[in-house]
Amino acid sequence: MNNKIEVKGLDLFFGDFQALYNINIEFAEREVYAMIGPSGCGKSTFLKTLNRMNDLVVNCKITGEVRLDGRDIFRAIDVNVLRKTVGMVFQKPNPFAMSIYDNIAFGPKTHGVAKRAQLDEIVERSLTAAVLWEEVKDRLKKSALDLSGGQQQRLCVARSLAVNPEVLLMDEPTSALDPLSTLKIEELICNLKANYTIIIVTHNMQQAARISDKTGFFLLGQLIEADSTDKIFSSPKDKRTEDYITGRFG
Amino acid sequence: MTAGKGGLHTREKVMRLVFLGSSILSLFFLALICIFLFSNGVPALFKIGAANLLLGTDWSPVDTPPFFGLLPMILGSVCVTVGAVIVGTPIGIFTAVFMVYYCPASLYKLMKPAVELLAGIPSIVYGFFGLVLLAPIVRTIFGGSGLSMFTASIILGIMILPTIVAVSEAAIRAVPASCYENAVALGACRERSIFCAVLPAAAGGVTAAVVLGIGRAVGETMAVVMVAGNQARMPAGVFQGLRTMTANIVLEMGYAADLHRDALFVTAALLLIFILIINAILFYISSINRLQHS
Repeated sequence: MNNKIEVKGLDLFFGDFQALYNINIEFAEREVYAMIGPSGCGKSTFLKTLNRMNDLVVNCKITGEVRLDGRDIFRAIDVNVLRKTVGMVFQKPNPFAMSIYDNIAFGPKTHGVAKRAQLDEIVERSLTAAVLWEEVKDRLKKSALDLSGGQQQRLCVARSLAVNPEVLLMDEPTSALDPLSTLKIEELICNLKANYTIIIVTHNMQQAARISDKTGFFLLGQLIEADSTDKIFSSPKDKRTEDYITGRFG
Repeated sequence: MTAGKGGLHTREKVMRLVFLGSSILSLFFLALICIFLFSNGVPALFKIGAANLLLGTDWSPVDTPPFFGLLPMILGSVCVTVGAVIVGTPIGIFTAVFMVYYCPASLYKLMKPAVELLAGIPSIVYGFFGLVLLAPIVRTIFGGSGLSMFTASIILGIMILPTIVAVSEAAIRAVPASCYENAVALGACRERSIFCAVLPAAAGGVTAAVVLGIGRAVGETMAVVMVAGNQARMPAGVFQGLRTMTANIVLEMGYAADLHRDALFVTAALLLIFILIINAILFYISSINRLQHS
């Protein structure tokens, strides 16, 4: 299987504080990766490195290498193209203050799609992929802010899919949702796996076990180990991983 | 213990009366102004006729027979206000965007009080500035006297800037950072993220900023009198002089008598109605905002 993203010797600093230490990991195409670990361990920071969202943080300094399809994301790829290719769904659902249609069309318009028919097609395809089409197809012109929290999060997934990403980063996408909405998002992730590489940060270990193929365990800015989810949850190599997944700390 | 408690109660009651009294007094002033304006204006309305007043294009109050057409002044106010909004809105919103998204912290410390200072400059100073600096420039470049709708619009545009900047800045800041981050995460550049994602989310507040600016522009008197030319005739062009409702009152109240004086009251009442409408619009906008945020 091809590696979609390769991370080598990644160190990340916020000012004098080092948040990530020598991270090395590869992400294969069309697999779901779960990043687990206690709060503040750097897993979200790591996720945001992959689409350079950390650029928005002042004083953030990154050394090491991240390659997308073999190309250095810091030097060889335009940052906006990178973010188009590596989409992101955030913890809190946050649709733009505009209609459902315009929310989805925002990304494609950003990248030069202007024809109405083409936009219509993208909106329907993205909402269908995010299993939201049936619920909203009759009110596409209504404000996205009127949707429920679970629907808003699926809208955000659809919005990310609308720009044809190849990788989808999800930062605790279900932590603000009720169990039923969580289930829908999890089903969605499993469906999306057929076409996308998905990296999800989660606090919920059952969730990681349910939906991911591979799991990485972060602790205090270090990637302690990363392996197939089965192995991590049944026979972790590192004592600290075992302690965490069996609930002895964190 | 009981006495102490009783004392507290008495003090509470007294203070409540003080607060209540102050509130009633504030409302009383508002009522007084309304009654004063309308009781003086309404008779003129009947004597001259509403149509003659509101639609008449000739204002010659001392001719025989006199004409009291206020339309030139109504349109004059509308023209300079629209001009001020055209000048002030883009600059104001861009400044607010700059202050929130581009301005380094050190510069912000300087800019914020500078904008506030702009709001504190007395209008006579703006007028003076317009008269001795701006009007000659306009005269040189575009001809005419330089005292015109154009000059007045620029001066008013500058005067409403601080209102638009301050209120828009607050509105833009109130948009969660996640809105900007989401747009950026979709591959949108900074400008597109700000103008197409953040500003729509701040639209209510930014609109309120512009409406507040309109309110200020409609009511502005001193600066406008100094640079607008004040000819009591229908606005004839961007570089022609015109007279606003406020200017009409301040220029003629010194010598107006009888019906002429009453017609000025009608002008003032009209101004009040303009402001009422603007406040109603503001109220409507803020109620929509509240609905959206809940």
